[in-house]
Amino acid sequence: MSDTTSDKKPEPGRPSESDVVVAAAPGAALTTATTVDTPAGPAHTIAPPPRQNLIIRDIMRGSVVTTILAIVLAMIVGGILIALTDPAVQKAAGYFFARPVDTLAAIWNAVWGAYSALFQGSIINFQATSFQQAILPLTSTLGFAAPLTAAALGVALAFRVGLFNIGAQGQMLIACAASALLTFNLGLPMILQLPITLIVGIIGGALWGGIVGVLKARTGAHEVIVTIMLNYIAFYLVSWMVRTPGMLQKPGTNQPISSPTPENAVFPALFGPQYPQLTWAFPVVLVATLFVWWLIERSSLGFRMRAVGENPNAARAAGISVPRMFVYAMLFAGGLAGLAGMIQIQSTITSGFDAGIHAGIGFDAITVALLGRSRAWGTLFAGLLFGALKAGSFTMQALQGIPVDIVLVVQSLIVLFIAAPPLIRAIFFLPKSEAEKTAKAVRKSTKKAARKEATA
Amino acid sequence: MKLELRGITKRFGSFTANDHIDVTVEPGEIHALLGENGAGKSTLMNVLYGLYQPEEGEILLDGVAHHFRGPGDAMNAGIGMVHQHFMLVPVFTVAENVMLGHEQTKALGSLDLAAARKHVRDVAQRFGFEVDPDATVGDLPVGVQQRVEIIKALSRDAKILVFDEPTAVLTPQETDELMMIMRQLRDEGTSIVFITHKLREVREVADRITVIRLGKVVGEASPTASNTELASMMVGRAVELTVHKDAPKVKATGGLEVRNLRVISPTGTVLVDNISFDVRPGEVLAVAGVQGNGQTELTEAIIGLHSGVTGTITLDGTELVGKSVRGVLDAGVGFVPEDRNEDGLVGAFSVAENLVLDRSSDKAFSSGGTINRGVLGDFAKARIAEFDIRAQGPQTPAGALSGGNQQKVVIARELSRDLKMLLASQPTRGVDVGSIEFIHKRIIETRDSGIPVLVVSTELDEVAALADRIVVMYRGGIVGIVPGDTPRDVLGLMMAGEQPEESAA
Repeated sequence: MSDTTSDKKPEPGRPSESDVVVAAAPGAALTTATTVDTPAGPAHTIAPPPRQNLIIRDIMRGSVVTTILAIVLAMIVGGILIALTDPAVQKAAGYFFARPVDTLAAIWNAVWGAYSALFQGSIINFQATSFQQAILPLTSTLGFAAPLTAAALGVALAFRVGLFNIGAQGQMLIACAASALLTFNLGLPMILQLPITLIVGIIGGALWGGIVGVLKARTGAHEVIVTIMLNYIAFYLVSWMVRTPGMLQKPGTNQPISSPTPENAVFPALFGPQYPQLTWAFPVVLVATLFVWWLIERSSLGFRMRAVGENPNAARAAGISVPRMFVYAMLFAGGLAGLAGMIQIQSTITSGFDAGIHAGIGFDAITVALLGRSRAWGTLFAGLLFGALKAGSFTMQALQGIPVDIVLVVQSLIVLFIAAPPLIRAIFFLPKSEAEKTAKAVRKSTKKAARKEATA
Repeated sequence: MKLELRGITKRFGSFTANDHIDVTVEPGEIHALLGENGAGKSTLMNVLYGLYQPEEGEILLDGVAHHFRGPGDAMNAGIGMVHQHFMLVPVFTVAENVMLGHEQTKALGSLDLAAARKHVRDVAQRFGFEVDPDATVGDLPVGVQQRVEIIKALSRDAKILVFDEPTAVLTPQETDELMMIMRQLRDEGTSIVFITHKLREVREVADRITVIRLGKVVGEASPTASNTELASMMVGRAVELTVHKDAPKVKATGGLEVRNLRVISPTGTVLVDNISFDVRPGEVLAVAGVQGNGQTELTEAIIGLHSGVTGTITLDGTELVGKSVRGVLDAGVGFVPEDRNEDGLVGAFSVAENLVLDRSSDKAFSSGGTINRGVLGDFAKARIAEFDIRAQGPQTPAGALSGGNQQKVVIARELSRDLKMLLASQPTRGVDVGSIEFIHKRIIETRDSGIPVLVVSTELDEVAALADRIVVMYRGGIVGIVPGDTPRDVLGLMMAGEQPEESAA
């Protein structure tokens, strides 16, 4: 099972990607609030406009449409990039004025080729001779989506409690280390070994996340700083452990790698060995999604956590312990990231791991959580989309020679566009919100007044 | 300058905030715009100030139609505004604030502070008050800050001055002084638009009154009209301004006892200074005082939101100091925070969710850790009906309600618990007259059911309407505890720190 991203051994921190996400966050937070901002007036006096009208407006302004349009727009920009970087297009553009049709044809070929390869690599392979071959890409999408979604659920849960959890990477690594240290040598039958390994890993991740919660609750330390620093600590701790005999290093070698995951602890394939990437890890992630949905939207603990996320002052005045909610949120978030780490070593790469096992999932998770608008099911869909993009990008590279990085650019663009709903609305001529209209009018007039005064 | 607003109509989507409003302000008159919160006064003034573009109608100054694209246009045309929330830079000096936005410069672009200082002194002298041009605005009392706002508006040659709820933050004495200034401005020919919902002030200072209700002008009134007449015009129905209450049936023991309470900030400032008082079952004790004299900290100390509290607070013998907020609530204290948006409600949550904000772990609403949405919905519907909360339904976000209805959500939440005491801080701030009537009635009902009620309010009208006894706070201490029928002027002087004996004399 190839994992190209982990081969690159990204350093913890990965500034470029995390920067994009940090910049995107406030905007995303703004767009999730959907209060009706009409000037205060007794509600009963407002004659309701035609219902249909309202619904259409709501949908047009709703986050779902903005999200889909953001994806479309990102794909368009991605297409432009593909065309620009394609050698055939560049060559044809050299004699554009002589035969412009050549350039256009080359652009079409490049973009169509790329996106059909992306589709074939992630959903259904048209050229396959058997059904099994045809849907193999779909199973690999689900395989990629599983750990990403799990980690993203952790990030999303923390978001809802008002915490920016950048630490999924560290939490994943500690989960792997904890389970390898404590459970790899147990030699239990599968029915015990697999769940014990999984649970120990989840607990490891939860505790690593819990540290953040406790520090934030006790000392007010900002969770962004703490999680980033804990990422470094976890990364170098695991790097050291896999180099050190008696810790995690595979006995009898001097390679910096851990022992392979015991066979009894590996998730079996869900539909048999012909679909190796789709394992029981995926149903586990579905259960996790259901759990997070229940916890956040339906449980009384989730009610308190959301209250803290939306308005900590009111939560405090209503007798909710804000520090305790921070600790709980980070325990859950860390546990979910731990689950992602365990899927990495119990399903994706079972031949032993090193500090690169997180494969950048910890940071992609932030993007996925933002795309999923921090809702459990939204995060699941976003995770599936990103899993598909990842699965398809390899085929795209193999078939069309298009660098995998294009997909990373598209992923980043999606979130960038989502963070700027006014931009999306402007591009697609969607109705503006009242607040934006007013803001624009004020901006315009103050500018004008300033100019007038400057000339006077 | 004569100001005419003709047929001003401003819509927000399907909601008409101003519906063909006509107002004429003659030169040299004080024209009061009276209306409830949400009636459309502020929208109208934002149209006048160029912040909103009206859909219909025109603005005439001395008979010439003007079109304002923004506040800059309005200012150039001679309109000045004294905002409710001051538009001042706290770290700048008075002179710097006054010149901000139209700085005069000397050679090489350096600021001509001397001119600004002179201007401040000139205006202050004209109106007979003291303002140090070099004082930092953040250090000044609010009353003086407001004067800086006035000077700022006058420095741009404002011929029409709009005062938006100017007395909300002032002591009664400062209010009187402000009215003096308003009269003097009028006598010098400035037209004044005075926006308020306080009937007493309107009758005292206004030359003409226009009443606005639900975005429409409902009529003009003369300052000789009675409070009841004005209130009925504002609300559109007969309003009882005085709360009917029988003599309190006070028990001699039990209730809330506060002894030697001190609250000290983390930086060591004494916020509440060694105060003691009782609230007995069956009485309303009102804490009066100008905003920022320790009342907020007193309520926070009782509810357990403040650390650094010494002394004792007992409720029916149970010590509250040292308990968590949860513990204090469980001891039976109902808490209405002074700022509902900040501390009382989660705006993004539905009305139903806000109604159980402090009871999420209550067995009545959850089983096995899951919130019972059916029970919650029924409970919310019942409260919405009982407290006359005007919302589209239990699922409406609380942030989308009007101020009065938001406050009713908070009151409903607290009164639906099993209380041993009610602590209500500014229970009717920013609430319309109709809701004030309702909330006051509920507070008196709570008292009559034998529950001690502590009301903190900066509004003397509210204190007078509710209180059986009044505690006046000044600079963290208690100036005196006086009967509920203490005259307004005595209370006013006590709020400025004078002892009751001297005040009464």
